[in-house]
Amino acid sequence: MSPNSETMSIFSPRLAARLDALVQKYPVKRSALIPMLLYAQDEIGYLSDAVIAAVADRIGITELEVRNVATYYSMLRFKPAGKFNIQVCTNISCMLRGAYDLYERFQDELGIGHKGVTSDGVFSLEEVECIGACCWAPAIQVNYDFLDELNPDSVPEILSKYRSAAKSAGEASHA
Amino acid sequence: MPRLVSHPDEVKIVSRRFGMGAANIDRYIELGGYAAAKKCLEQGPDWVINEMKTSNLRGRGGAGFPAGMKWSFVPKQSAKPKYVLVNGDESEPGTCKDHLIFLHDPHAVIEGTIIAGLAIGAKLGFIYLRGEYRYLIEIVEKAVADAYLKGYLGKNIFGTETEFQIITQTGAGAYEVGEESALMESLEGKRGVPRIKPPFPAVVGLYGGPTVINNAETIATVPHVIDMGGEAYAAVGSARNGGTRLFGVSGHVERPGVYELPMGYNLKKIVYEVAGGVRGGRKLKAVVPGGSSTPVLLPEEIETLGMDFDQVGKAGSMLGSGGVVVIDDQTCMVEFALRTISFYQHESCGWCIPCREGTDWLKKSLTRFHAGFGEAKDIDNIQYLAENMLGRTFCPLGDAAAMPTIAFVKKFRKEFEDHLNGKPCPYAKHTEMAVI
Repeated sequence: MSPNSETMSIFSPRLAARLDALVQKYPVKRSALIPMLLYAQDEIGYLSDAVIAAVADRIGITELEVRNVATYYSMLRFKPAGKFNIQVCTNISCMLRGAYDLYERFQDELGIGHKGVTSDGVFSLEEVECIGACCWAPAIQVNYDFLDELNPDSVPEILSKYRSAAKSAGEASHA
Repeated sequence: MPRLVSHPDEVKIVSRRFGMGAANIDRYIELGGYAAAKKCLEQGPDWVINEMKTSNLRGRGGAGFPAGMKWSFVPKQSAKPKYVLVNGDESEPGTCKDHLIFLHDPHAVIEGTIIAGLAIGAKLGFIYLRGEYRYLIEIVEKAVADAYLKGYLGKNIFGTETEFQIITQTGAGAYEVGEESALMESLEGKRGVPRIKPPFPAVVGLYGGPTVINNAETIATVPHVIDMGGEAYAAVGSARNGGTRLFGVSGHVERPGVYELPMGYNLKKIVYEVAGGVRGGRKLKAVVPGGSSTPVLLPEEIETLGMDFDQVGKAGSMLGSGGVVVIDDQTCMVEFALRTISFYQHESCGWCIPCREGTDWLKKSLTRFHAGFGEAKDIDNIQYLAENMLGRTFCPLGDAAAMPTIAFVKKFRKEFEDHLNGKPCPYAKHTEMAVI
């Protein structure tokens, strides 16, 4: 039995294979830590205790060492976000082009604030620092999608697009 | 999808292949790609470093250090393996140029990395992108895989005895990791805190081996320097500032976008001609010339200012990352200062006390000030606090927070005074944000 067998089950076979490849990829195993955490989070939704234990085990470091690193990076989180995490950049270039109006509109439409999650779990909202889309401001990211040159009136359409994506994904998983 | 712009004054070198489908390797080759790497393999490392030195190509991340010189510092003999590390952790507010390079021309980054590897005698290069750039990481990963299939990466690149490998790495959200020593820490799977220097990365870098770290734009420029020849490249720019620069113009302009202009191009022309002037016919109040950490300039300071490292330095600011942020006369500079400092407060890694505590106090003071609860003595205190952060930290993040703050207070003191004695902010509609 491999030492990973106890924790391996928390990841899909595809992710497990990807993580296996990652630990082999670098001159030093530990360089795989940050990508592993991020890819695991993409699948599980957040860094649960089980994810941290599994990653620590694969790299051969303690869970404390994993937490020590994970808490440093702003994209890594320790509780679930919405299925679609809306990240509104309000840094200077976006601010000058109305990012706070955009952010307020998202708050109003969703009824949640910074790091809030809607009750149906479909959306979460976050005010974030510069996302590198300054010349196409104001810009947001929904999970990893970039949406740029927005205005507050773009909000309902964005939400309905992702809401139907969540619905069809839900139907597919129940089928 | 990021919109591409153009202007007749542009000199397209790095952006030459933007919008031409060059993320496809065959298209990249058709457009002249990978010829520079082959040439470098024939000519050898000394020739490459010499061309790079002649080109006057200076680091596009912000520091402006001559790239050829940086490469020449790497010892020829080394007991430990040497590495090339490409910094694509683009996070400086106002900066989005590397975004376009990765999107439109990822092979230029790969080819530049190969050439840097040849020059310093490294067999392995890393391309590190910020985690938010996931779709770009996927584009770069695909490009790297294609380069392996062609035999341009691997044990015997281009059919020679030379080995060169590339690994793509993702970050996970941290501005500080854009600092070169913190970048190495992050790549080693640790918290992104800076290392004390010396030793410099060229001597003791990644995994303890000699390492060359260059910004993605610098690396993407390298194949063009080789194609054109160092001398021809240098001739495009101004004195001691070779070539062109991708200027990302954002904020209150009619035509924001990334424009490639020769080094030394006049900043006033960038604002009024290239980017179409201030939006809605308003007046210009200020310009941040090179990303949020560079001290703000007044309209009269940009009149004859040439955008290169030396001229902007002489004007009391920095060329930085080339992110030009244009601010109109309807903007509250106290709010702008507060938003700038909030960023640095959020991103300070906490390693050095002057930065960790300093950014926190600056944010608190500016928050109080913007909300109308400031006192006259706070204005001097803000300046005093910022001045005492300067030069007292391992990495430049402390300076990056302090320098713009000093300029905001010095150049817009009147606006600070307008907020005194409980007066509401004369400009901003978002005063409530200041009460957080």
